[in-house]
Amino acid sequence: MEATSTCPSYSARDYKSEVKPVWCPGCGDYSVLGSITKALAELSIPPESVALVSGIGCSSRLPAYTNVFGFHGVHGRALPIATGIKVSRPELTVIASGGDGDGFSIGGNHFMHACRRNVDMTYIVMDNEVYGMTKGQASPTTAPDWEKSKLTPQGTGINPFHPLVIALAAGANFIARGFSGDQNGTAQLITEAIRHPGFSFVQLLSPCVTFRPEQRDWKDMVHPAAVDPTDDPARAARRLMTDDGFNVGVLYRGSRKPFQPERQASVDSVADLEKEFVL
Amino acid sequence: MTARSVSITFAGSGGAGVMTAGNMLLDAAGRAGWYAYMTRSSGAQIRGGEAAAMMRLSTSPVQSHDDRFDVLVAIDWQNVGRFSAEIPMTSDGLVLGDPDGGEFPEQIGAKGARRADIPFKKMAKEIEGGRPNMIALGAVAGLVGLPEDAVLGVVRDSLAKKGEAARTASEASVRAGMAFAAGLPACPRLAAAEGQSERLWSITGNEAAGLGAVRGGIRFVAAYPITPGTEVLEWLAPNLAKLGGVLVQAEDELASINQIIGASYAGVPSLTATSGPGLALMTESLGLAVASETPITVVNVMRGGPSTGIPVKSEQSDLNIALYGLHGDAPHLVVAPNSLADCAFSTQWAVHLADSLQTAAIVLSDQSLGQSRATIAPPADPGFRAIRLMPEGEAAERYRRYTNTASGVSPMAVPGMKGYQYTADGLEHNEYGTPSSAAADHSAQLDKRLRKLAVHDYGQHWADIEGDGDIAVLTWGSTTGPVREALERFRASGGRARLVSIRLISPVRPEQLAAALEGVARVLVVEQSHGAQFHRYLRAHYDLPGSVRAFHRPGPLPIRPNEIFRQLADWS
Ligand SMILES: Cc1ncc(C[n+]2csc(CCOP(=O)(O)OP(=O)(O)O)c2C)c(N)n1
Ligand code: SF4
Ligand SMILES: [Mg+2]
Repeated sequence: MEATSTCPSYSARDYKSEVKPVWCPGCGDYSVLGSITKALAELSIPPESVALVSGIGCSSRLPAYTNVFGFHGVHGRALPIATGIKVSRPELTVIASGGDGDGFSIGGNHFMHACRRNVDMTYIVMDNEVYGMTKGQASPTTAPDWEKSKLTPQGTGINPFHPLVIALAAGANFIARGFSGDQNGTAQLITEAIRHPGFSFVQLLSPCVTFRPEQRDWKDMVHPAAVDPTDDPARAARRLMTDDGFNVGVLYRGSRKPFQPERQASVDSVADLEKEFVL
Repeated sequence: MTARSVSITFAGSGGAGVMTAGNMLLDAAGRAGWYAYMTRSSGAQIRGGEAAAMMRLSTSPVQSHDDRFDVLVAIDWQNVGRFSAEIPMTSDGLVLGDPDGGEFPEQIGAKGARRADIPFKKMAKEIEGGRPNMIALGAVAGLVGLPEDAVLGVVRDSLAKKGEAARTASEASVRAGMAFAAGLPACPRLAAAEGQSERLWSITGNEAAGLGAVRGGIRFVAAYPITPGTEVLEWLAPNLAKLGGVLVQAEDELASINQIIGASYAGVPSLTATSGPGLALMTESLGLAVASETPITVVNVMRGGPSTGIPVKSEQSDLNIALYGLHGDAPHLVVAPNSLADCAFSTQWAVHLADSLQTAAIVLSDQSLGQSRATIAPPADPGFRAIRLMPEGEAAERYRRYTNTASGVSPMAVPGMKGYQYTADGLEHNEYGTPSSAAADHSAQLDKRLRKLAVHDYGQHWADIEGDGDIAVLTWGSTTGPVREALERFRASGGRARLVSIRLISPVRPEQLAAALEGVARVLVVEQSHGAQFHRYLRAHYDLPGSVRAFHRPGPLPIRPNEIFRQLADWS
């Protein structure tokens, strides 16, 4: 647990492991892996000081492909694990990552409460509007008329979940959207998200070429947000009302104080606590 | 007539101050050198409904109830009838109540106990600021022979912050009650206290579990409230903070268990407490702790089930889910405290085992242990600590987090240790932690996770074994209290029998139990579960000698010593 005295510089390669990804050729998540490692190199954070936590899904396989401390947990629970790590070891850089199903469906409650709690960490969701790992079912961000899933052959018929709206309403301290195809731009967003205190949420449009081949067209659809980031939640909310889902860039930078309980002992030992029991 | 143990119930409507009276009687008895035990019961209202404080005072340590109550004192009678089944009494018993306290409940009358009046309301009016519950406290203290000093001392200390007037009024009320008691029909008086060398503690089982946790080294707790486990968390919140630890209130039990997995992975011994419904939500992630070999401790304070069940009452019916609720082959620890005081020891031991063996430990306490209060001799710190095997020195080659060692325990690095980065995984993995579905990796890691629990030396703590003879009573958890008492009576009546109360429920210890049952011809299994979960567990994992009988029934009523005594006495 020693801190590094000198400040060595790292390259993106220092954050990659030897493990070969299971992802399909062309999957957007490869590029996200590249962006995360670039961001860490940019920030020069020693690999052993980073904890990268995920749930279950194609995207959630990511930690094992890095050379930081990883935790590949169960479906939907990356955020509580990340919370436990950060609150108990505040000196670590903590990142949670995963997919849209993992984060917005089974883990939706944790997403909302992580935004509210505002622990200083970064949450990266690789959104492909589908459950890739279980072979192509609709996720909360899937359009209501997408009919390619065997589970919902008529489409879901329900409105998609809007992660940025929820994040803003629930109190996330930093909100951005990026596109996996723009590896450097995304690395910049992640760098800023990690630097920003409190809970930073980054939605990354990351195509699933296997079950949503039409997402290959996303590269032509994304466009930089027309306006600069704001620190005013009301303005951010107005912008989201006209959001076409393809605006990339930082939307909101808040200044809410991160949640970090004091850890200052006021007694010398457990025996001091026992006095309350003595009659 | 003096007795070594006297049982009293205070009852009354919400706001009558029944619990305050009970707590003060308990503290006063403790200060005067007696042991005392108290459970509480309340109606369905969230707040302010009728309540009963069931007490037992004794010359020797006491952590469970007797067969019957000697005195029932009702400050008023509103809805008190609904506690009737919980307050067994005989014709020797004494029922005290206010003639102006409302209609006398038929169910109480049906007990056939002696009756006497105390005009609480009238007496209270005659004292400025007089309090009926303090009069009741004084009356009971007078009846059973508690010294006035001890009672007044407790009144003074507890009302110190309420101001002079409140204190004098309460003191006067207690005195009035004591004076009134002189004219009441006699009831058993407590025999002289056997001098205590040390000052006793007043503690609940849930507080004891919290104490065991921090003694063991727990410094991170995630919490989601649920009856009857909440008080473990509520005791830990301020006390962890004093130790420089942290408690986080989570959004649900899925979050609380995963937060403690995260904190433990980061190197901080971690725990949560819950009850049946919460444990059910946690089972998937308990499996994650097992597979990723991340130590965690979950204190499950059992209540009546299934589903929301009977939240405020005890039952031993979460045994199955604790043992078998995890999917896959997921060996883990299940440890059960068998007395209120043992909640401290067993929790501390579980924390120590979880960290030593890098796995999940479930502590199976229950409502009757957790929410009861007793005066106990201060439990010494047994010294168990959460200590983990960690890698040492520079990492020479790629770190194998899940190295297949002989003991099954592999050195566990924590974030910050340079060169030891790895990814913890709930997917089956190889020694490095890399996901693998290869048959060889699966069986090697399954074997390793089983072996580390199997080969560990648990010492003598796996069970409490007392007495001898060719009859054995086999039990666990809170039913151990009444079993102990039944066995005392059985021995006093000339019988010979031994007690085996299993603390380490999982992993099972067949050889040790066989040794403990050497020469036994009859085994009586005692548990509080409709489905005989403990009996079935014993049948599945152990060879029980001779003939076996199972005495089991569900909550909410506690199993009483005499029920067990009858089983023994009638089995010939
Ligand atoms: C409790 C539980 N339910 C269901 C699953 C099956 N499952 C695995 S991944 C997944 C969905 C993943 O979708 P997403 O998070 O969007 O990740 P992607 O594969 O698209 O990257 C599901 C439903 C599981 N592993 N655990
Ligand atoms: S199924 Fe889709 S999300 Fe999963 S690896 Fe293949 S392309 Fe990527
Ligand atoms: Mg997805």
